[in-house]
Amino acid sequence: MYRKLMATPYLFWVLCGTIIPLCMIMYYGFTDRTGNFTVSNVLAIFQPVHAQALGLALLLAFVSTLICLLLAFPLALILKGSSWGRKGFIVFIFILPMWMNFLLRTMAWQVILEKGGIFNTLLTTLHLPTLDIINTPAAIVLGMVYDFLPFMVLPIYNTLMKIDDNVIEAAYDLGATKGKVLKDILLPLSVPGIASGITMVFVPSLTTFVISNILGGGKIYLIGNIIEQEFTTSANWNLGSGLSLVMMVFIVISMGAMSKLDKSGEGNFI
Amino acid sequence: MKKIKMIYLIVIMMFLYLPIVTLMVFSFNESKSMFKWTGLSLRWYKEMFTDTQMLSAIWNTFSIALTASVVATVIGTLACVGIMQMGRRSQTAIMGLNNIPLLNADIVTGISLMLSFIAFGFYLSWGTVLMAHITFCIPYVILSVMPKLKQLGAGSYEAALDLGASPFYAFRKVVIPDIKPGIVSGFLLSFTMSVDDFVVTHFTRGAGINTISTLIYSQVKVGIRPTLFALSTVIFLVVLVVLVLVNFVSGKDNGEEEFFYEVAQG
Amino acid sequence: MKLLKGKRILILILALCLLCVCAVVMTGCGQKDRNEVRIYSYGDYIAPGLIKEFEKETGINVIYDTFDTNEEMYPVIKNQAGVYDVICPSDYMVERMRNEGLLSKIDYSKVPNFKNIGSRYLKIADRSYDPGNKYAVPYQWGIAGIMYNSSKIQKGEITSWNDLWNKKYKGSIIMQDSLRDTMGASLKALGYSLNSTKKSELSAAADYLVKQKPLVYKYANDSARDLLVGNSADVGVVWNGEVLYSQELNKDLDFVIPKEGTELFIDNWCVPKNAFHKSNAMKWINFMCRADVAYKNYEYLTYSTPNEAARKMMSKKLQNSKVLFPSDELLKKSEVLRDVGPDGDDLYSYYWKIFKSR
Repeated sequence: MYRKLMATPYLFWVLCGTIIPLCMIMYYGFTDRTGNFTVSNVLAIFQPVHAQALGLALLLAFVSTLICLLLAFPLALILKGSSWGRKGFIVFIFILPMWMNFLLRTMAWQVILEKGGIFNTLLTTLHLPTLDIINTPAAIVLGMVYDFLPFMVLPIYNTLMKIDDNVIEAAYDLGATKGKVLKDILLPLSVPGIASGITMVFVPSLTTFVISNILGGGKIYLIGNIIEQEFTTSANWNLGSGLSLVMMVFIVISMGAMSKLDKSGEGNFI
Repeated sequence: MKKIKMIYLIVIMMFLYLPIVTLMVFSFNESKSMFKWTGLSLRWYKEMFTDTQMLSAIWNTFSIALTASVVATVIGTLACVGIMQMGRRSQTAIMGLNNIPLLNADIVTGISLMLSFIAFGFYLSWGTVLMAHITFCIPYVILSVMPKLKQLGAGSYEAALDLGASPFYAFRKVVIPDIKPGIVSGFLLSFTMSVDDFVVTHFTRGAGINTISTLIYSQVKVGIRPTLFALSTVIFLVVLVVLVLVNFVSGKDNGEEEFFYEVAQG
Repeated sequence: MKLLKGKRILILILALCLLCVCAVVMTGCGQKDRNEVRIYSYGDYIAPGLIKEFEKETGINVIYDTFDTNEEMYPVIKNQAGVYDVICPSDYMVERMRNEGLLSKIDYSKVPNFKNIGSRYLKIADRSYDPGNKYAVPYQWGIAGIMYNSSKIQKGEITSWNDLWNKKYKGSIIMQDSLRDTMGASLKALGYSLNSTKKSELSAAADYLVKQKPLVYKYANDSARDLLVGNSADVGVVWNGEVLYSQELNKDLDFVIPKEGTELFIDNWCVPKNAFHKSNAMKWINFMCRADVAYKNYEYLTYSTPNEAARKMMSKKLQNSKVLFPSDELLKKSEVLRDVGPDGDDLYSYYWKIFKSR
């Protein structure tokens, strides 16, 4: 009984740090500036301005999640297959970039991709056509993939590592082809990791305002940018909260889908 | 086949490291402009130590990260022990709650905390940033400690009690050593997440409080000073050297793997 | 002994928690009695060394906090009375705070150096945001214009805001990424006031910006300067204070102020209503108005100074520079931003979103 009490500070913190703040967002989202009840802040998502921004955010998040998945799965497979001794080292190499501040890393892409930037200067000296993707949605997708790729690699790698090598050997012994092993063993068994990876990439991509700010050249507005604008420059907290509530619907959906696919939580990236 | 694998690894590695190398190179640029190379210089490294705004940002970043991760580790570890004693249903409920800050969008976490701080009359300050950081750090600790505690089971603790140990003594001597790797990795994870966080800090910081991240963001808008490149280069190299040194010192094959893996989780 | 050690750790942790709680409680409690002055200003807006100089001369301890936008500063002053003694708001924010009674009058008997401030700047303030010059002492000022690369665009080709809508410059135009400033440029191009609150005019301005969007390379703030210097773009909207610095790095750059008139900003020193250290605040403002101090600030920021005594310290060439000190005639056609009220803000923000998300 006494040991149960050890969780009290935590439960208190959950109450203050998670539950109350979420209620506050609900409160602001469903009231207007004078404190009267209204649903207009939530319904504002159907205004073309906001709907477009949400649509674009969903599209870019979807594309970058897909690219992350396509890049990360083979990568995790290669990491699993590499020799034991160097594995810690390789994982370390792939995660190390996260120790440099992510704003700066994203900004560096600006320096690289700018019209007069490193990459294009190189291309012009080689008499190749220049790559003009900075300040376009393509640059934002690149930034998302770059920033969130490790969150896809890690959970997939973790689940792949849990697969018993003997199972794979047995499959080969029984005459399975490489493709068959991939399709029937590796892929199904790594579903929890894939599911958790997808959430870990999709949610931050959907809600980002930083990447679109830095790499979009101020030309592209995602739903995150609109919410940020409402809270900082426009000071319309009610509208900002209402839109956040709508955004949370999508987050909850993806969280729900994840917990279905990853019941025991083995796909955690830790 | 091996070659293709190798090439794939190298390409992805270049993708991951190209921006970092760029930043490092530009930290030695003499000019203030990021798009013009005017010559090699250590100017920004010198300026780093006289820039009071930056020094206070460094102090804020690390003081908040250290305090937040220590507090989160203590609260989180205690919570795991408590949660283990509960019924299955409340366990699932609590773990669900635990996942909210982890999977929720940073912007929502940040905004919701800001709204509640203001509603309850807290002035946004160093303290509010700290509380916000503790809030999103605890779930990482719980996620790291919980599995270790589950592996351990209740048996050895109860055995210690039967042999006459006090609950505190048994806890410290039996439980803690076994879940130590989980605690350490939870702590390191919290620390890194706190250092790297921008969005939550952005919304919960008060007037004049800057961390390295918010300082960078405020300069992104008005043209960034290369002093920040210099600073990040230093931090990056320090982390690299520490990790490599630990690798050499600890030496043991398996332990090293664990450590790398845990430390690298950031 | 061993148990003691465990207890010690526990105590340490408890102490740490207590410390956090204290830190939270302590911040925000006013420290009234210290000889200090608490300044809240834009980041990187004072020449390094000047704060130390002030401390040495007066023995007053300076606490210097910074913000990035007026909008960030405003709620702090509004909700946290007495935290700061001197703030540095821009024109329209002075107007808003003044109307809401958040500012206190400047005690000019304690600011003798006020005589250094040029009368043409005070007139602008008097006519717009601070009638009677009672609440604000101008600190820095600037004027928006178009900087272009003369090796790619001929001199005299650009004279008007509307030239930024010229298809010829597709993909090499830089606009500012700031709600009021960019809407202002569009409003000016269409011949309206940049403080318009008419729906029809604002919606026309937003539509005009949407039209320009495919031509624009990037919406940037001060980094516009770097992009022009690095030849990533050929023409962009910048403040005149950026020009001299940019020309040092890239000699081809030239600057023109559009004939329709443009936006002018004045950042000011003000004292919040409930400041604790008002007399120290006056000392600070007086110090910042001193000729040599204003000159040092000019040298560091390269922004134009409203301090005529400091202007006299510059080289003849700079004193008469049309970039740093545009003619009175041009200033007459230009406007400062005015406070448009919460409804006006909502309108601007709505049309800004429409333009941005297109």
